[in-house]
Amino acid sequence: MQAILTVFKREFIGYFRSPVAYVFLIVFLVSTIGLTWFIGGFFDTDDASLARFYTFLPWVYLFLVPAVGMRLWAEEKKSGTWELLFTLPLSVTQAVFGKFLAGWAFISVGILLTFSMPMTVAYLGDPDWGPIFSGYVGGILMAGAFLSICSLTSSITQNQVISFVLSVAVCLVLVLLGWSVFSDLMLAANLPVWLVDGLSNFSFITHFTPMVRGLITLRDVLFFVSLGAFCLFVNVLTLER
Amino acid sequence: MITAENLVKDFGSIRAVDHISFELKKGDILGFLGPNGAGKSTTMKMITGFLQPTSGTALVGGHDIQKEPIAAKKLFGYLPENGPLYQEMTPLEFLGFIADMRGIKNRVDRSRKIQRVMEICHLEGVRHQTIETLSKGFRQRVGMAHTILHDPECLIMDEPTDGLDPNQKQEVRRLIASMARDKAILLSTHILDEVESMCNRIIIIAEGSIIADETPEELRRRHPRYNAVELSLDHEDPQPIREALRGLEPIEKVVEENGKLIAIPKKGEMIDHLIFETARRENWKVIGMDRFPVKLEEVFWDLTQL
Repeated sequence: MQAILTVFKREFIGYFRSPVAYVFLIVFLVSTIGLTWFIGGFFDTDDASLARFYTFLPWVYLFLVPAVGMRLWAEEKKSGTWELLFTLPLSVTQAVFGKFLAGWAFISVGILLTFSMPMTVAYLGDPDWGPIFSGYVGGILMAGAFLSICSLTSSITQNQVISFVLSVAVCLVLVLLGWSVFSDLMLAANLPVWLVDGLSNFSFITHFTPMVRGLITLRDVLFFVSLGAFCLFVNVLTLER
Repeated sequence: MITAENLVKDFGSIRAVDHISFELKKGDILGFLGPNGAGKSTTMKMITGFLQPTSGTALVGGHDIQKEPIAAKKLFGYLPENGPLYQEMTPLEFLGFIADMRGIKNRVDRSRKIQRVMEICHLEGVRHQTIETLSKGFRQRVGMAHTILHDPECLIMDEPTDGLDPNQKQEVRRLIASMARDKAILLSTHILDEVESMCNRIIIIAEGSIIADETPEELRRRHPRYNAVELSLDHEDPQPIREALRGLEPIEKVVEENGKLIAIPKKGEMIDHLIFETARRENWKVIGMDRFPVKLEEVFWDLTQL
């Protein structure tokens, strides 16, 4: 536990040692809030909820979480510091968890900094706090699942660009499968309904949507947790040389 | 302290390390020598648990690096090739991180240990400067500092003086030599002078296998001119002296190079005294008599060019 904590601390503080952290946080806040206000027609809905805000979250994650995750292992490999890390008294699993948790905590800071959105909603109307809370829980869980994919792709290359592109590609598939427009396209291509439904079960959107509506089910939580655990498990295997 | 047992490492169809075995005891400074790509770094990476061997294993302080990696890793300090460091940290932050990883929890003990290595490696002046802004010499010192932070029983260093200027090299050598008495030290290098001045044992490795495991003196003994004697003559015709030397029983042959006569003994026997006595008795006009300078480089060259 001590080793995980030490890796976590170094990695988490490490984000703030470079301008990347501040650029990420600003872009994250501007894109999530900006999309909600200007593309999502936040004021037009006349609805005191964060539904529009949450709609854009998977799409923002699609580009910004890989931007955080691409450096997790690719940078260590490129600079050779993974040799230093793995010859210190800690296991690969501890290192993977420590770094993953730091990245997750960092993205969570970004998510929590969008607190101005629920405050605005509360100021303008009388929102139901249940869906707002469950949406944030879902958003953080979904970020963890996104990041676990990025951590895995980052561990198979020392090139951050390749790591980023791979992460975006994999995450894009997992977002698209649950997007209604894409499902309609699949149905229009004469794919059977059971197959389209089955595939959509692998999507982030499918499991995030109930949470936006205020419903935290074990099934959805398990999806994010098991996807994260699977990716991190493979991540450990790829790093054991 | 460190035992390598039949270490083998294959990368695809290429065998990088081929059944390497050796043992290192307290007080040993073992120099790992070999041409580039000989398998030195790969062997070190397997001993430190960074790479998994294809077969064989390594023990550090009796702990199998594969079965008890954490226990084994606690016992050594490892300086990888090119000294990778977290560039965005300051030496103080970096050493703090290493102290945490090494489980040094007590605050007083922690700061005492960090202070000690800062002093040994002369890092006080740059303690708050990020590592990326430091010169190569300082970065190497930070690497050295983290390697010795927990005062380990074993030190494993992959080319610790690589890229340093002559003064810095000298400093690092002095530092390593000062720690030799109560530690087992394994270091790899390209610089033969370094091995000669620091190590009490040398392993030469070529194409993944050990081709020599000896003391520097034993290795020098392999030189065809080991214990040969050089004679500088005072404008004298060298021919009679050459003949006389050739007639001496322990001398195998006599050659003339750069105006000097070089008497080469059979089987590396000591002939200094014999030649000195003969020269005195025969009244040769000798203005200089020296032991032929045997260079380890030449032995290394012969061994690795096979």
